[in-house]
Amino acid sequence: MAALHFHNVTLGYDRHPAVHHLSGEVAPGALVAVIGPNGAGKSTLLRGIVGILKPLAGSIHLGGLDARDIAYLPQSVEIDRSFPISVFDFVGTGLWRATGLFGGIGRAAREKILGAIASVGLNGFENRPIGTLSGGQMQRVLFARVLLQDASLIVLDEPFNAIDTKTTADLLALVKRWHGEGRTVLAALHDMEMVRNHFSDTLVLARGPVAWGPTAEVLTPENLIVAMRMCEAFDDSAAACAADDVSSRAA
Amino acid sequence: MIYDALIGPFTEFEFMRRALAAVIALALAGAPIGVFLMLRRMSLVGDAMAHAILPGAAVGFLLSGLSLFAMTAGGLIAGFAVAILAGVVARSTGLKEDASLATFYLASLALGVTIVSIKGTNIDLLHVLFGNILAMDDQTLLVVAFNATVTLLVLAVIYRPLVIESVDPLFLRTVSRAGGPAHLAFLALVVINLVNGFQALGTLLAVGLMILPAGTARFWSRDLTTMICIAVVAAAVSGYAGLVLSFQTRVPSGPAIILVATMLYIVSVLFGRVGGIVRQLFPGRHLEA
Repeated sequence: MAALHFHNVTLGYDRHPAVHHLSGEVAPGALVAVIGPNGAGKSTLLRGIVGILKPLAGSIHLGGLDARDIAYLPQSVEIDRSFPISVFDFVGTGLWRATGLFGGIGRAAREKILGAIASVGLNGFENRPIGTLSGGQMQRVLFARVLLQDASLIVLDEPFNAIDTKTTADLLALVKRWHGEGRTVLAALHDMEMVRNHFSDTLVLARGPVAWGPTAEVLTPENLIVAMRMCEAFDDSAAACAADDVSSRAA
Repeated sequence: MIYDALIGPFTEFEFMRRALAAVIALALAGAPIGVFLMLRRMSLVGDAMAHAILPGAAVGFLLSGLSLFAMTAGGLIAGFAVAILAGVVARSTGLKEDASLATFYLASLALGVTIVSIKGTNIDLLHVLFGNILAMDDQTLLVVAFNATVTLLVLAVIYRPLVIESVDPLFLRTVSRAGGPAHLAFLALVVINLVNGFQALGTLLAVGLMILPAGTARFWSRDLTTMICIAVVAAAVSGYAGLVLSFQTRVPSGPAIILVATMLYIVSVLFGRVGGIVRQLFPGRHLEA
């Protein structure tokens, strides 16, 4: 049983496809990198998976997963950093699945939250307001929250953007730990070196799927050139897509 | 002497005791709502909603004279109608919610003043616009206390999703569907508290006892819970001091309360521990780490 099943799915905005006719499966416990140029539809695909964006056509099956079994780390976080909330409380929101509206935060839960904060190397930051953190520290906080969500499917949208090498290494270790725990991890990435060294599977996306499979076979110069040639702009006068059963590729 | 000035009015006159009870109820419920309005960058939305209540209250006035009960009911209906209509217009067209609210509240204000003028005198108009906390009867006081209680109960229920939705709305959307209902419940609480404040302070100043103490609190704490406590205390103190001020001078009670709240706000802007102006000008030597 696949963790994720894309059935000829098209995702987009205002009827314009940003991900065009994608089919395929992600095996449970897989560690998948999603790569492609800017505007290739990586973020759109991830938004579709977590259910924020409804497909224009086709469907995405989550293999019996509930929305709460998915942890999602968006790229442009809409976090109001000026809101007066401490690192401890913010990370604690990751326990939503267990606590819901009224569940108390008991001793065990407090231990968990402190543990998560420690795993991302932010001991001593518990009572700091999130507004005082640096970009890298904030990213660590977000990873700590994902950690607490205890999700079987983890979706990361360019999690290492604008992050220094030390932080990247620490957070990448967390990603590999999740992989080791049998969780399914999907990450949109730009660093080809990292993909080659750490991710077993890769999906090259350029609106349509260019290639999908084991990283070593997929991450070829030819595929990357095809992906880079993708035309970025939407055509305002495009006709309705006729290829509803054929999987098409972006030119 | 001091006793006569500060406590005397309340032991001597029943209307002062009622006014004090009302203003404390308003502070307890309104100030926390104000803090969330401020943190969610909706301070002016609160102001716009306050105007929107006017035509409803005016229709209540038209139907049954200066009955605060009828005016409250009318205000609630009008407030909800405008909040929902503005939300619908903003969502179904490209118009931003603040722009559509502005349209609705200007129309409401004009409509409300017109309706009051048809039947009432200028005195009535002043009463509607600026309220009269010294004219609280038993029934009104009970309504105010009831609304305050409901507000605190509902706020306790929606507190967690409301906080998460304020910090990270996208996260809440991925883990729960509570965000939308929490936002709507919050808007309802805003309307309820504006109507509540409207009894005491009138449509134009009702929002003052919510927003000004919230602004004050922001300069003294970085912690949400502390902020809410400070805001409640600041609102209650403003209410009490405003009543005393209005008793001893000829300043009307509503404006007196808001003026005291403004004073507290100005002092906080100047001397506040968190980002106050004096603190910024003379921050002291920088620390070692």
